Amino acid sequence: MGTVAEEIFSKKLSRDVSAGEIVLVDIDVTMSHDNTTPLAIKALRNTGRPLFDKNRIVIIFDHVQPPASVESATLQKEVLEFIKKEGIKNFFREGICHQVLVERGFVTPGRVIIGGDSHTCTYGALGAFGTGVGSTDIGVSYATGKNWFRVPETFYFDVNGSFSKGVYPKDLILKIIGKVGARGATYKACEFGGKTIEDMSLGDRLTLTNMAIEMGGKTGLIKTDKVTENYLKSRGYPYQEIVPKDPNYEKVFEFDVDDLTPQLAVSPRVDNVYPVEKYAGTEVDEVFIGTCTNGRIDDLEIAARMFKGKKLSPLLKTIIVPASNEVYFQAMNRGYIKIFMDAGAMVCNPGCGPCIGRHQGVIAPGDRALTTMNRNFIGRMGSDKGEIIIASPATAAATALTGKITDPREVM
Amino acid sequence: MGKIFRFGDDVNTDEIIPGRYNVTTDPKALAEHCFFEVRPDFSKTVKTGDFIVAGENFGCGSSREHAPIAIKASGVKAVIAKSFARIFYRNCINIGLPIMISDELYDLVQDGEEIEVNLKEGRINILKTGKDIRSQGFPEFILKIIDAGGIVNFLKNHDIGELEDGI
Ligand code: SF4
Repeated sequence: MGTVAEEIFSKKLSRDVSAGEIVLVDIDVTMSHDNTTPLAIKALRNTGRPLFDKNRIVIIFDHVQPPASVESATLQKEVLEFIKKEGIKNFFREGICHQVLVERGFVTPGRVIIGGDSHTCTYGALGAFGTGVGSTDIGVSYATGKNWFRVPETFYFDVNGSFSKGVYPKDLILKIIGKVGARGATYKACEFGGKTIEDMSLGDRLTLTNMAIEMGGKTGLIKTDKVTENYLKSRGYPYQEIVPKDPNYEKVFEFDVDDLTPQLAVSPRVDNVYPVEKYAGTEVDEVFIGTCTNGRIDDLEIAARMFKGKKLSPLLKTIIVPASNEVYFQAMNRGYIKIFMDAGAMVCNPGCGPCIGRHQGVIAPGDRALTTMNRNFIGRMGSDKGEIIIASPATAAATALTGKITDPREVM
Repeated sequence: MGKIFRFGDDVNTDEIIPGRYNVTTDPKALAEHCFFEVRPDFSKTVKTGDFIVAGENFGCGSSREHAPIAIKASGVKAVIAKSFARIFYRNCINIGLPIMISDELYDLVQDGEEIEVNLKEGRINILKTGKDIRSQGFPEFILKIIDAGGIVNFLKNHDIGELEDGI
């Protein structure tokens, strides 16, 4: 009985669990990446215990991939030695951790997953409980297969209406964060529901849950339905229903997308949200389409449609990074990669790309980047004297076409 | 009994321990640079048993554990704030640094004042005025982690399942 979060913990423990309770549960998957695994290994060593179950560990190299400096290459070498020594099978170098975990069937309804990455909250789009933790937590799960949680209270976002042309789920989540504020949902599970969500593809749902952390949320959640079931079954992954039953929400927010317009979050806060019109015409130096928020095939499709037969100015850095090898192959087979390269965009290998400011499109002092990322903190993409503006893939593509912030409805 | 070091809202992990001192994991070295930029006298004046009192969202920013380790190694007995950033909150419990949530305390005390705290009962006493404040006490489960000095230490002598024993 309860919210999606309470249902997951209740199923897991075979008893009724409610918000506020502290519970000890089996962790189904413990994930970390090239940046966070070194500290997790240290934390495991500090417990003085061996790995509890190597099959429940997933390590992904995605943040600086391939390594871009001697330092990152050296750290990754240490992790590789750990992987070899412990015989860890679930190791991948084929895209962003959150995308690869979903594609490879590690994320299924009812699972509890922790990750050494704050956007682990993404997994709730499939009815799993995912949350980001620090290195000691990863070490504890490595050593015991378990961890503790305080079952969170839930904020429910009831979303109805249909998107107009040129408006996308990214615009919706930016609007929501602008309204709730960057710490407005601290500790809470953010559950999304309503007609608009029911009509959304799995990829678009991932865009919403991915950004729950940007309002302080512990996780983002969406109840399972036919969309979840079809995705999982088509790949031969297990499905079970996780839906709220008589839920008691701490707060309910209502959103109607009928009148929603394209939105932007301007530097340096994710909750600095305005309609694109307000900044239309502002020149930019870089456009980046990718990340765990918007690097999926639906996102690339929007950009490919808009770039088809067009030429982008070489004065602008236009960078496209598919979220995973699977997405890259799809984009290749559908001819998108050719469209991007014909237009003059740079297509980089799957991974986080310039999202953490260490390679593949670092910004200079005074640069203004318009990106499909989830964060616009100062310095995130390189220089702390640069500016990061977050928007939908359509707004990013429209902006790449003109070199100035452009409302996608004007060029579609 | 201990003295209060009072901070504002949104104290981030970079203010607690500036990024360039994160290169070490030695608690003592981290403590030396705790609040180094925003309050350079902190490491020299803080005494074992003192308290940090702050506003909303204490510990926001990175998920790195250097920040609570630096505070704990400074001798701070507990951090009492209106609210904490989520990952910081977990990290504090995991490394054995007690934290308490109180809406009231912040506006009732000044920097340098003295308070007495009972962690288990969640009681805070302001010495000057004699006023008693209640905050949420820790559940048994969490107290076991804090008493052991953190979850890593707990695991050295116990099975993780023992956290649930007797609850
Ligand atoms: S794409 Fe960006 S936000 Fe997503 S996991 Fe990578 S660095 Fe983090």
